[in-house]
Parts: sequence; structure tokens; C-alpha cells
Amino acid sequence: MTQKYNAQVYVTLRPSVLDPAGTAVRSSIQHLGYDTVEQVRIGKYIELSLTATDEADATKQLDQICDRLLANPVIEVYRFELTPVLEPA
Amino acid sequence: MKFGVIVFPGSNCDRDVAWVTQGLLDQPTRMIWHEETDLSDIDVVVIPGGFSYGDYLRCGAIARCSPVMQATINHAQQGKYVIGICNGFQVLTEVGLLPGALIRNRDLHFICDRVPLTVSNTNTPWTSAYKPSEVIQLPIAHGEGCYYADNKTLDELEAHNQVVFRYGTSSSVTGSDNPNGSLHNIAGICNRQGNVLGMMPHPERACDPTLGNTDGLRLFKELL
Repeated sequence: MTQKYNAQVYVTLRPSVLDPAGTAVRSSIQHLGYDTVEQVRIGKYIELSLTATDEADATKQLDQICDRLLANPVIEVYRFELTPVLEPA
Repeated sequence: MKFGVIVFPGSNCDRDVAWVTQGLLDQPTRMIWHEETDLSDIDVVVIPGGFSYGDYLRCGAIARCSPVMQATINHAQQGKYVIGICNGFQVLTEVGLLPGALIRNRDLHFICDRVPLTVSNTNTPWTSAYKPSEVIQLPIAHGEGCYYADNKTLDELEAHNQVVFRYGTSSSVTGSDNPNGSLHNIAGICNRQGNVLGMMPHPERACDPTLGNTDGLRLFKELL
């Protein structure tokens, strides 16, 4: 039996990597008067669906996909959330 | 010496390279479509500048998965020459033939300019025709040219003399003449063996005397 999953993948820059775009956006937010905003970091959000035998298998596949393509481990980290897709009966 | 210029969808400096290798240097040159897997007839693989696959996801990330890149890795592992220019440098870091990564320029702008560079290692097959610490001028044209690597990787690059070109007119790692924020002012690096070179500046755009600058020509000529 295989199960279909929806995955929501978040790819963000490592803390040690400068994010000039995030800095520019933070500055714009502050110009709007929101002095409370201290830090902005911009990342990527990716949605995909996949089939797997179970959640462990889906996690394993996604880890590989993220390590090999969706994120560049030199500059980025990732995390994801998996949601099983309920097939209509 | 036979040159092979890889062509991805979105490459746009491929014919500039061929103009240098075939047009100016009279060397056999073949354009290699990214789906090809046999590079056995090629001596020097050139990964040219451009916007392979529209720079989708990250610059060079999709190109890294194309069939020709496995053949390029094999080519490099045999000790044969591989040079990646601009987007080609980004592809070489994505595929792991060179360490580090190229990220968004410090000031966010796409920079199209001519900049001074210092040749910081002349002990490579690519740069032996340059004088140690010689200052040359080459065009740059990139939005993601800021070289990044962790401190350990930077230390290793310096310890093994793998930084080939630095921005600015001195070999200083902290000079102010840095257009994009690259760590250690890095504009180009090679692998430890020296047969794989990646650089953001465009030597192929500074070869034909008609263009007013031939500082890049020695890089190609020296290989012959």
C-alpha cells in the first residue's frame, strides 16, 4: 500500500549567511513605522506531493530531495511538514 | 587542444567562448548540448555564462542535474581541464566540483562592469602566463556573484593556494575594491589539483582586440 502525502518545504538561509534582501525589506518595514521589527530573513516555500509507503519513507525521500536539490547545504537549511492526503472512499 | 562548450537552455556566453577558442585561437571547438553524455573527444570543457534554466530555484541548481554534468565530473576526475565562467562557476559549486556557493550580491544589484582583478595564484595551468600578483581587468556581469563558504573551507582554500583571482588591485583578503561582497575578495578558485577553475569574471569577453582589452586571452592560450 502506498499513501499520498502533501509536503510543505521551507528553505532558509543559514544564520551565518548574509541576507541583503532581508535587510532591505527590514529597512522598508521600519520606514513604514513598524519599529518593532528587528530582523527579516527571506527564504523559499515549496509545495509538492509524493507517494510513499509510510511517513518514515516519505521523510526519507524528502530529506534526500532537499539535500540534493531543493536546498544547497552550503548556504541553506530546510524543514518540512508532511500531511497525508485522504483518498475519497 | 579540443574545446567543448556546454550549452544549457539559457546559456548566453557559449558563442563568445567559441569565438575565442575557434575564431581567435584556431582550436577545434564543439558545442555540447546539455543532454549529451560522451565527452571523450574533448580536452577542455567550458561551462559558459548565462542563465541556465532561467536560474530557477538557485543559479546552477537545475543545470547540476543535467546528463552532461555527470560526464563533466568524470572528465574532471580524470584530471582533464574544466572551466566554469560566471553561471558556469555557479554550476561547478552546485555540482560539488568546487567548494562554496555564490549568493546574491551584497548590494542586491546586477553588476555589469569592468573591474580590476589580482592574479593571486600563477601556479595553475590557467594562469601560468600571468605574473604573480599581476593586476588585470576583466568584465563582470552577475547578480549572484558573492562568494560564500564557511571559515573552515576558506582556510583550506587559502592553505592550498586555491584562490586564483581576487577583486581589487592587491592580494589582500580584506581590500575595499570588492564589487559584490565576496568573502576574501574571491573572484575565482580552482580545485586542489588545479584542473578545475571557476570564476565570476568573463575572460572570454576580453580576448578580441576589437573589444579593447585582451587580458583574458592568456588564460585560454596558455592551455594549448
